[in-house]
Amino acid sequence: MHTKTLKALSDALSAGELSSQELTQHFLDRIKQHDPGVNSFITVTEEQALAQAKAADEQRAAGNATALTGVPIAHKDIFCTQGVKTSCASKMLDNFIAPYNATVVEKMNDAGIVTLGKTNMDEFAMGSSNETSFYGPVKNPWSTDHVPGGSSGGSAAAVAARLAPAATGTDTGGSIRQPASLCGITGLKPTYGRVSRWGMIAFASSLDQAGPMTQTAEDAALLMNAMAGFDPKDSTSTDIEVPDYTADLNQPLNGLRIGLPKQFFEDGLDAEVGKVVQEAIALYEKLGATLVDIELPNTHLSIPAYYVVAPAEASSNLSRFDGVRFGYRCKDPADLEDLYKRSRGEGFGEEVKRRIMIGTYALSAGYYDAYYLKAQKVRRLIKNDFDEAFKSVDVIMGPTSPNAGFKLGEKASDPVSMYLSDIYTISVNMAGLPGISIPAGLSNRLPVGLQIIGNYFDEARLLNVAHRYQQETDWHAQVPAAFA
Amino acid sequence: MALDKEDVIKIAHLARLQVADSEVEATTERLSSILGLIEQLQAAPTDGVEPMAHPTDAVQRLREDVVTETNHREEYQQIAPATEEGLYLVPKVIE
Repeated sequence: MHTKTLKALSDALSAGELSSQELTQHFLDRIKQHDPGVNSFITVTEEQALAQAKAADEQRAAGNATALTGVPIAHKDIFCTQGVKTSCASKMLDNFIAPYNATVVEKMNDAGIVTLGKTNMDEFAMGSSNETSFYGPVKNPWSTDHVPGGSSGGSAAAVAARLAPAATGTDTGGSIRQPASLCGITGLKPTYGRVSRWGMIAFASSLDQAGPMTQTAEDAALLMNAMAGFDPKDSTSTDIEVPDYTADLNQPLNGLRIGLPKQFFEDGLDAEVGKVVQEAIALYEKLGATLVDIELPNTHLSIPAYYVVAPAEASSNLSRFDGVRFGYRCKDPADLEDLYKRSRGEGFGEEVKRRIMIGTYALSAGYYDAYYLKAQKVRRLIKNDFDEAFKSVDVIMGPTSPNAGFKLGEKASDPVSMYLSDIYTISVNMAGLPGISIPAGLSNRLPVGLQIIGNYFDEARLLNVAHRYQQETDWHAQVPAAFA
Repeated sequence: MALDKEDVIKIAHLARLQVADSEVEATTERLSSILGLIEQLQAAPTDGVEPMAHPTDAVQRLREDVVTETNHREEYQQIAPATEEGLYLVPKVIE
């Protein structure tokens, strides 16, 4: 039952072959049995899940179900869930019971989706390895001495180990696509503004975007139908119509123009990963696509620009954690300044503090023009590169990550080397474009992801292009042996 | 650009973060290496380039000036570290 896709489970529920209560119990049992070795969940909401499942079964019986009524998923612990701990994997929010639901959670509840629990992540979504979590690192189900990627590492590992059929994630610099790549699942980062950010704990507000993490592109399309859409409560939400993302999944790829950026295949790309990606691209050629060499000449500037913009926005967003209204408060503060400094000093982990300090420095008097304004100008250059490329291609392809994953602890003491591993994903956030990572092979028994980047609001095409590949291959259906 | 320990102490104060004396040196080193990465920006030619604040250059939406929020004080104060009579409590600020 647990190896089935969300689509197959939805069909089985519709056909009356199984109930949501059976399905939900099955996944709760799997979490209990397997999660101690993976650590992909921070909170399991067993009671609520079973109550939601019961209600879903009643809705099905009454004949007013959606396609997703009764399917269970997990939410990244960055989404506020009313009455349930929402920690963002930080000591700062270890005691935080969210008083409301994020719009994404609300929409999924409305669709009848069951929530199994909240998944582990890098603290405040700051990291690429899931090692910065207050609740300990997540293990990669393919090899438990390797990282699952981050920051949505718990969501990726839970789906890879088939502890949940799907999960939500968020992506500020690659946090959906990179863990999807490292764990061998499908992960879509939609266009900035496509999915509401309301109730999603903010990291870098001009970059953050939520999206689905699933076994297949078809499943991602189903979840996008429930997640996407305008939200007046998110001031940067875009008010354009949401298509049925499942409608064009089977469109043929004849004549599809695939751009291959020279900068994505240069030094720094692992040879094995490069080979897997080239094989995937060759398959697309067989499916009728044409390949076009393109240039994204400012790619090398995306990481330096990101490490100004994201920390600057984070330093502002995270100023709300002050020990006064919610979250952690230090013991016996001597005065107000001591309350602020120790609550924040004790409540935040090392990486979060580093980024707050970098952001504070970049925004401090006299440095704004040299850092934040400069980074925003470079951001425009990065976007212009993509705009130019999309004049002659429909999608852009390349690796998601330069390596097929690394060992726990390998990069933990060197933040800069960790940052550099996001080279192929960060420019997509800087431009605000949609991107998807799909499993395309293995390197030393670890999954390798193919990244497909689309033009603004072209998620349906990305899902179509990904789905056609998954019709021809079975990488997405492979499960690590210990969890089969 | 390399920071010195004094810079780090000043930044930590601005960010209202306690950094223990024993951590200042390691923090200085790591922040300096991150700033070294960021320095690559300075070489990029950006004369006449419009700064980008929003990927699709959207502007702030306006809405009718009417009350949209309902009162949530009690629920929100339930999760506060210390409250009294509807107020959030902090250490004494005015002597």
